[in-house]
Amino acid sequence: MDAVRPMLRLFTDEQVDGIVDDALAVLEATGFYVENEEALALLAGAGLRLDRGRAWAPPAAIRRALSTAPARIAVYDRDGALALDLGADRVHFDPGSAAIFCLDPRTRRRRPPVTPDLVQLAWVTQACDHIAAQSTGLVPSDVPEALADRWRLAVALLNCRKPVITGTFRKDAFAVMKSMLAAARGGEAALREKPLAIFDCCPTPPLKWSDLTCQALIDGARAGIPAELVSMPMSGASSPVTLREVVVQHAAECLSGILIHQLACPGAPIVWGGSPAGFDMRHGTTPMGAVETMMIDVGYAQVGKRLRLPTHAYMALSDAKTVDYQGGLETGIGAALAALAGINVVSGPGMLDYESCQSLEKLVLDNEICGMALRLVRGIGHGSAAQAPDLIRQVVELGSFLAHPHTRANFRAELLSPGKAIDRATYGGWEKAGCRDAADRAADEVQRILAKGNPAPPPPELARELRRIMDADARRLGLDAPPPLA
Amino acid sequence: MGQPEDILLELNKAVLAGDEAGARELAGRALGAGIAPLAAIDGGLVPGIGEAGRLWDEGEYFLPELVAAAQAMKAAMAVLQPALAVDGGRRGLGRVVIGTVEGDIHDIGKTLVGTLLAANGFEVFDEGADVPPSRFVARARHVDADLLCASALLTTTMSRQRDLVAAAREAGLRAKVCVGGAPVTQAWADAIGADGFADNAVAAVALARRLVGRDA
Repeated sequence: MDAVRPMLRLFTDEQVDGIVDDALAVLEATGFYVENEEALALLAGAGLRLDRGRAWAPPAAIRRALSTAPARIAVYDRDGALALDLGADRVHFDPGSAAIFCLDPRTRRRRPPVTPDLVQLAWVTQACDHIAAQSTGLVPSDVPEALADRWRLAVALLNCRKPVITGTFRKDAFAVMKSMLAAARGGEAALREKPLAIFDCCPTPPLKWSDLTCQALIDGARAGIPAELVSMPMSGASSPVTLREVVVQHAAECLSGILIHQLACPGAPIVWGGSPAGFDMRHGTTPMGAVETMMIDVGYAQVGKRLRLPTHAYMALSDAKTVDYQGGLETGIGAALAALAGINVVSGPGMLDYESCQSLEKLVLDNEICGMALRLVRGIGHGSAAQAPDLIRQVVELGSFLAHPHTRANFRAELLSPGKAIDRATYGGWEKAGCRDAADRAADEVQRILAKGNPAPPPPELARELRRIMDADARRLGLDAPPPLA
Repeated sequence: MGQPEDILLELNKAVLAGDEAGARELAGRALGAGIAPLAAIDGGLVPGIGEAGRLWDEGEYFLPELVAAAQAMKAAMAVLQPALAVDGGRRGLGRVVIGTVEGDIHDIGKTLVGTLLAANGFEVFDEGADVPPSRFVARARHVDADLLCASALLTTTMSRQRDLVAAAREAGLRAKVCVGGAPVTQAWADAIGADGFADNAVAAVALARRLVGRDA
């Protein structure tokens, strides 16, 4: 018999349907704003009422778009193996993305990342067993701004096999990034067949689609590259304060994005995701570690599931400034709740300080959290009837459980063995190892991983091709050639 | 009610309660009762916003209450201001022009800083978000600003703060230019030649006081 898959639900199905109805009513009565000509043309072609960049969508148009969006999206690693099977309640973690700082392991203070930091992030991500995808998690400060988005992708592809959660900073980036992905996959048709990356598309709350975001949606849809909606209403700041209404606004923003996306290419893959927050009414910040933020995430994921769409959330991350108790507790609770909610893409590990700072040490520790969360939702398996009485009788009569064949056959699957960053030693053992705390042990683990060099060396022709693409792009923009890629 | 002191007390309460409509109406009634605009500001608005600031400092008031108090004060000011002599407006601690740089539509942090500055006695001109350097400069010149504060929330829009510093210098403004926003650091502020940087709203008030010479 299969294990029970533990699930956390915050709404009844009827309540979810009510939220969707409210979101449809928002799109019909208030509409949404679109700052991209191509998107406006698509909406006009679908018969929507438009007025100076504002569009009103009848529920039927949204329902039609929903009917063509796929329920399952498969994403493959650099070698072509299935890595993300998005849909149903399957959970995958990836490092939180696009941090503008990294935590320096030596000073334990933040600083702007440079290309070697991006390389190291990719290496450590490759080494984290419970992290299924990589992300372009750092914004490099040592390459021109105009090249930063594509540069991150090149570094990721050359230093880690896992598929990439990424995005564009500029409209002209998509074509360049697509050519990089196609180079890694062996052509655009192969890339469409086996996607290697997911592109984040972020509407601006409330209900606005910028030129850049629309273009990312449209270009991605046409290329068959999965899009991930990142709607980010903030309770009481850029949406109503009550959590249900935040979920309604999130749904309205995502539904309008799905409409644009499916009009560009019906059937193109798209993920129901977000990065909302329970706004902090004292500091004016957007705490990702707040329990209300996690509740909004779990709530909107339930809406996405009801609409039969793959889901995403920014969870398993913290607003702490260093690798400390707050960092662990917020990340741990978030990862467990995300897993219990069955969210398909959970972006967050490694991240600190309101999605602004990546830490390799935290990523190694968070990998352990992800392992625990994934173990939790595997649940407790049910053996055959009467297995327990028989086993217990045998051992009581014959001796040790430890070396029993049943133990040896099952303990690896049944009991998760943590990595070296987690302390399972006796007190004496801990003293003997130098009384080191979690951050110290994680730093050791990071050094051990980095000392081995690139864990995913790319085929030489891929490295050459990506270099060629970057150099050509720099020339096109009239910029100096960027630094070495690895 | 109808005595000048009663009206001022009510105005005070309306600001503290964030009652925008009430504050606007009471400001009109104050003028109707013959109260001088400056007396209405000093006796009605300043104590109200000051009390809101005190409650904020003590952790009693949160952002929604503080911002509502500032909006009520702004509504009353809009009624009282035209009645003041052309250059008779009080400058308080100083005049501040604030906004989010061009290309950036994040305005929560900027609004918070503006609100706290107003609550602490500065006269604040909030230009909103997506403000080009030319508009910052024109506004600062028009109101003879002491401080020009620019927020940027994106790494991609930070560079507009550099443009603004250059534009302010070129225009020969006497206003000191301050920068802030999530990706902004002291090192960035130094690199672009800004006069000040603060990484949160409370620090921004301290910075502003220092730059106008009210604190050592």
